[in-house]
Amino acid sequence: MTDLSPLFDPKGVLVAGASTHPGKFGFVVLHNILSCGYRGKVFATNLEGESVLGVTTFRDAAELPDDSIDLVFVCTPAAANVELLRACAAKGAKAAFVTSAGYGETGEEGRQREQELAAVAAELGMILAGPNGQGVISTPSSLCAQIVAPYPPAGRIGIASQSGNFVSSFQNLARQSGVGVSRSVSVGNAAVLAVPDYFDYLAADPATSVTLAYVETVTDGRAFFERARATTARQPLVVLKGGTSDEGRHAAASHTGALASDEKVFAGMCRQAGITQAATVEEAYEAAATFATQPLPQGPNVVVITTAGGWGVVAADAIARTSLRLLPLPTDLRDEIDELLPPRWSRSNPVDLAGGETRDTIPLVIEKVASHPDVHAVLQLGIGIQSNEARMMRTGEYYPEHGLERIVGFHEAQDARYAHVAAEVSAATGKPILVATELAVSDPDNAGPAAVRDGGRVCYWSANRAVIALDHLWRYARFRRRISA
Amino acid sequence: MTRTLSEHESIALVARYGVPVADARRAGSPDDAAAAADAVGYPVVVKLHGDAIAHKTERGLVRVGVPDADSVRAAAADLLALATVDDGVVDLVVAPMIRGARELIAGVHTDPQFGRCVMLGIGGVLTEALGDVAFRLVPITAADADDMLDELRAQALLGPVRGEPAVDRAAVGDVMLALSALAEGEPMVHSVDLNPLIVCDGRPVAVDALVEVEVS
Repeated sequence: MTDLSPLFDPKGVLVAGASTHPGKFGFVVLHNILSCGYRGKVFATNLEGESVLGVTTFRDAAELPDDSIDLVFVCTPAAANVELLRACAAKGAKAAFVTSAGYGETGEEGRQREQELAAVAAELGMILAGPNGQGVISTPSSLCAQIVAPYPPAGRIGIASQSGNFVSSFQNLARQSGVGVSRSVSVGNAAVLAVPDYFDYLAADPATSVTLAYVETVTDGRAFFERARATTARQPLVVLKGGTSDEGRHAAASHTGALASDEKVFAGMCRQAGITQAATVEEAYEAAATFATQPLPQGPNVVVITTAGGWGVVAADAIARTSLRLLPLPTDLRDEIDELLPPRWSRSNPVDLAGGETRDTIPLVIEKVASHPDVHAVLQLGIGIQSNEARMMRTGEYYPEHGLERIVGFHEAQDARYAHVAAEVSAATGKPILVATELAVSDPDNAGPAAVRDGGRVCYWSANRAVIALDHLWRYARFRRRISA
Repeated sequence: MTRTLSEHESIALVARYGVPVADARRAGSPDDAAAAADAVGYPVVVKLHGDAIAHKTERGLVRVGVPDADSVRAAAADLLALATVDDGVVDLVVAPMIRGARELIAGVHTDPQFGRCVMLGIGGVLTEALGDVAFRLVPITAADADDMLDELRAQALLGPVRGEPAVDRAAVGDVMLALSALAEGEPMVHSVDLNPLIVCDGRPVAVDALVEVEVS
């Protein structure tokens, strides 16, 4: 296994081809490295030796102090890069991220340049990421060596993507959800390192607890399978697969061959390797974020706790579409809840509190439900309703008179408390408790979703999306059980 | 380049790896066919057989539900008369009628990206329209085989249907394990089709097989 720490945790970085023009990648990447607080030393080269963003540049990498960098971030034209790599290696650099275009994506001549670059990197014993990639980020080193925004919050999701755009999408979702990223890399043309080549490192990385990958083409299917399986034996691997080619559909003499679409074979390979395959970008991110922040369920039994009937009914329908199970409410649990709520509550699962909740009963019900031995996971709906009214009161013309200030504060404290209880009880019981409300999108500052986010967990946009994420966790838990049996 | 084995060779190969197959007998003449039918029990299926014959159903070279010895002789004579010069050397295959409301399809496929795979799906005339199939890379475990059954959308077809018992999942799993072992043990095999794999009293039986091998 290649040690990729010079790429992800370099002691110093050289930006080769730094530009004074704020529209150029050579400026942007230096800006992003400096402004995101990278902890190592930063150097830059520039043909004219101009100062960029206060960094004194060298005209040539050969002028660098010895052993000052591990990583060179390459923005210079393709034709200059072989010599650049040699000069950097001579100064002790162990890794190069090449963002420059003009390689395999441009045709035959570019392909040859790419092969030459790969051969030189191999000769120098240098890690080569890219070319034509968007960059690399690593929150443990506060490194944002990327030619685009954003820099996501720190977290435990490791990202390897065949598309730079999807790196950005995942990072944007990290910012939105608050569930952050450990490392991320856009593999570009993958001259040497393709997406599965990052799996081993991320699986062994103490900063990473789940790998999230976007894949379009798989060149060596068997190697992909083997690496994925080695990863899933240690931690979850979420894959979003884009595109299906016609390669798999040859003129088949057999029915079996005619039925073998790329999509079907890939899907089967994923199930066999314990890969969590997601259908959409949001499903992929939410699955990864859920793996990163919730314990794995030990069984399929879900209890839905809701403050209103309709949400619970639709959540139950969503559960029925998955491998999860809506647990028929155990009698002893029903009796316990009976003691906490007025008689109009649903007395079945979904546990519809029917407005019988108070400041104290919701936390107690969550705790009773999650603590029951037959319950493996809890879905909590209806958070933030009172804070939504509080927002209207706060922004209305009567605020803060008529007792509004007091009630607004009360509502917001209450919703925040429900979110805190969900996280605390989940931690205490070791069971996943997922909170969902569309207020997470429509009013992210609402005290309910805001408290879920501040607690480091996802506030799901709908019960359906929470159920899909939870189903991925249960499938992976079963896979782990299967391979350890 | 690939070539296909004859039905009889194909059946013999999959049977050697443990796939349950119908008790098919070869016969050279109408009288031999009747004797074979007496041995396997009525009703029977009679097919024209030869190395170069594929697409038997499309050409009308399969007679099903043949009830007695005289009918077998008549069917056999008809089929032998339908053989063309292109069919090369031909004879007949006589097998007991395997009946079941459900048909599965199973096989081996060589994928350009992932190599050898085993496949299981809902079979019958609508198999391609339904596309309800699952693939796994060779070799598979018993747990993988079981998960292939779980992956099929038509779960209701695997339960009790029209007076027939539920599909014996372990028996179907054994077919998948046999195909996986075949793919590992026979490096020249490019593809295998068990189509249909009829579910008879809950248990799968291959009544036809088509094996495609690489030729150098």
